[in-house]
Amino acid sequence: MSSPAVSATRNVAEDVRGLAALSETRPARSLWSDAWRQFRRNKMAVAAVIYLIFLAFVAIFAPVIAPHNPVESNVQEAGRYRQAAWIDDPNPKRTGTWEYPLGTDSIGRDVFSRLVYGTRISLVVGFIPMIVILTIGVPIGLAAGYIGGRVDNLLMRITDVVYAFPALLFFIVMQVSFGDTRFGRLFNGLILLFVTLSIVNWTGVARLVRGTTLSLKEKEFIEAARASGASAWRIILRHILPNALGPIIVAAAFIVPGAIISEAVLTYLGIGLRPDVSLDAPFPSSWGQMIYDGKQNYNVQPWMLIAPSLAIGLITLAFTFVGDGLRDALDPREQI
Amino acid sequence: MTSYLIRRVLWIIPVIVTVAAVTFFLMYRAPGGPWSQEKPLPASTVRRLNAKFGLDKPLWVNPTAAERAWDDGVRNPLRLGRAFLDSQFFNYMFGVFRGHLGPSYASKGAKNVEDVIREKFPVSARIGLVAITFAVIVGVPLGIISALRQNTWVDYLSLFTSTIGISVPTFVTGLLLLIFLSRNFGVSPVRKPHEWDGLGPAYLAPGIILGLGTMAFVTRLTRTSMLEIKRQDYIRTARAKGLAERPIVLRHMLRNAMIPVLTILGPAAADLVTGSIIIESIYGAPGLGREFVDSISKRDYSMIMGTAIFYAVLIAFANVLVDISYGVIDPRIRVRR
Repeated sequence: MSSPAVSATRNVAEDVRGLAALSETRPARSLWSDAWRQFRRNKMAVAAVIYLIFLAFVAIFAPVIAPHNPVESNVQEAGRYRQAAWIDDPNPKRTGTWEYPLGTDSIGRDVFSRLVYGTRISLVVGFIPMIVILTIGVPIGLAAGYIGGRVDNLLMRITDVVYAFPALLFFIVMQVSFGDTRFGRLFNGLILLFVTLSIVNWTGVARLVRGTTLSLKEKEFIEAARASGASAWRIILRHILPNALGPIIVAAAFIVPGAIISEAVLTYLGIGLRPDVSLDAPFPSSWGQMIYDGKQNYNVQPWMLIAPSLAIGLITLAFTFVGDGLRDALDPREQI
Repeated sequence: MTSYLIRRVLWIIPVIVTVAAVTFFLMYRAPGGPWSQEKPLPASTVRRLNAKFGLDKPLWVNPTAAERAWDDGVRNPLRLGRAFLDSQFFNYMFGVFRGHLGPSYASKGAKNVEDVIREKFPVSARIGLVAITFAVIVGVPLGIISALRQNTWVDYLSLFTSTIGISVPTFVTGLLLLIFLSRNFGVSPVRKPHEWDGLGPAYLAPGIILGLGTMAFVTRLTRTSMLEIKRQDYIRTARAKGLAERPIVLRHMLRNAMIPVLTILGPAAADLVTGSIIIESIYGAPGLGREFVDSISKRDYSMIMGTAIFYAVLIAFANVLVDISYGVIDPRIRVRR
């Protein structure tokens, strides 16, 4: 053990060295590089990002990864419900083989290949509505917050109603109403789903941006910008938006899993996406559809249900970890 | 406070009107009329059914009826107005505010939507009750323990499980538990119809699964607010005057920590309602949620519309109730408003 005096001198020495280092040229740390350092320290968030990048690769290279065509039914396997590869079955025809890692379904399609292709729909359904929601919600929120007055009032009334309407109920009503129309069938129903998700979610983003803008508007640096003659456009785009970006990014990270779950739930209820049955379809299977199929047969072939359930559970978990990590890094005010 | 409450309750009315109008509009333009089925009904039957349920009336307003009333010598503006509004939409809206949600078309009008709701909702309500009880009874103590033992393994474990509980949808956990129960215990969690009468063990699995997300959220909130309160001056004062640990935690910390927990019970009500739709269809519970899902596949538009409005009203009232309860628990909020 060192004596207090020794450690005190050492501390002083460290302080001096630290000060010297500060006064030397330490590369300036911007908000973003600071946030990045903070984010990297969160191991779960980093692991989640790696997992999501991995999923993106799976989605892009699905044709290479999937051992079979996800739509084509193998006549010899049809009606057999082959078990997952590591499961022995008293019936030798149903014992798992690595040719079908997660077994086969009622018409002899490879469950693993369907799972691999299903990644595509989940990622697309998660990200595209998020982009749409941000492009609608952010400008409206900025306008409502900066201009205030009637625009602001109108926005708040609309969000009140949207909040009162339970999202899932609205999704269901929309899907039932438009699902069988030509518009509802565009791209297997993807377009309708994007529209529905955007209608519900833009208000949340707009409200968030409005709140941030309102508080930023009163800050001194905005006043300074106004005093030096910056136009409203310039103030909004160069001063308010960059400072509101943190909360927006965090909100965006939480929109994605919500959209993925909504797709799965609606498809499970039989009113979501329609599977494309052509052999070279880009979106031939969805996890929600697989859960729907698996629920009918889970007593015979449990992995038909376990695999897509786990896939959805993991992807939503990953987005939550990323969202939490981003919030810790970018938006230190709100921590639950 | 009173004027705030009145405003808050009155605000429910335009919300319900909007929700009802939107669902009415969307359901009206859904493909296939209420009587379409695999074997088309004869045109005369359709006409008779339409006349019986007022579906032959104009959609939004009925100027012909008003004109006819005027020609008949009616001069009372109220009655003239009522004739003008003798349309499908306004008749439906007037019905909604008197608690009539119209006939269920799938049953060819033999049953009314409100009767179906009255019959099926108790099952859903019991599942919700189990869920919220589970969420509070498990979530609050878990949050307290992890706050008092911050940064120990108990804390990390409860944080980890609550993260999973918040992010993984009940949809997934419900299905996984279903497989787990039927594989490892050989019991089918799908019960016989009579087992749902009264609050029995049948409600355990769906109730707990439904409450999982809320439980996780309650745990996190309790933990955060307990941590914040732990450092307050009045807690130090309580310690300084020699109060025992138990009354400090229960009387001084917990009461203040409950306020944020209460705030999420409103949104949680919405989660529970929408969650019950999925959970009931997974576990085959004969509640309103499953009825709703069935009515979707049967394209029973009046049932879909009526249930959606019922749920919206339920959630709106839950939110108001939560707002009122803030004031009861925390007098400071009462004053501020």
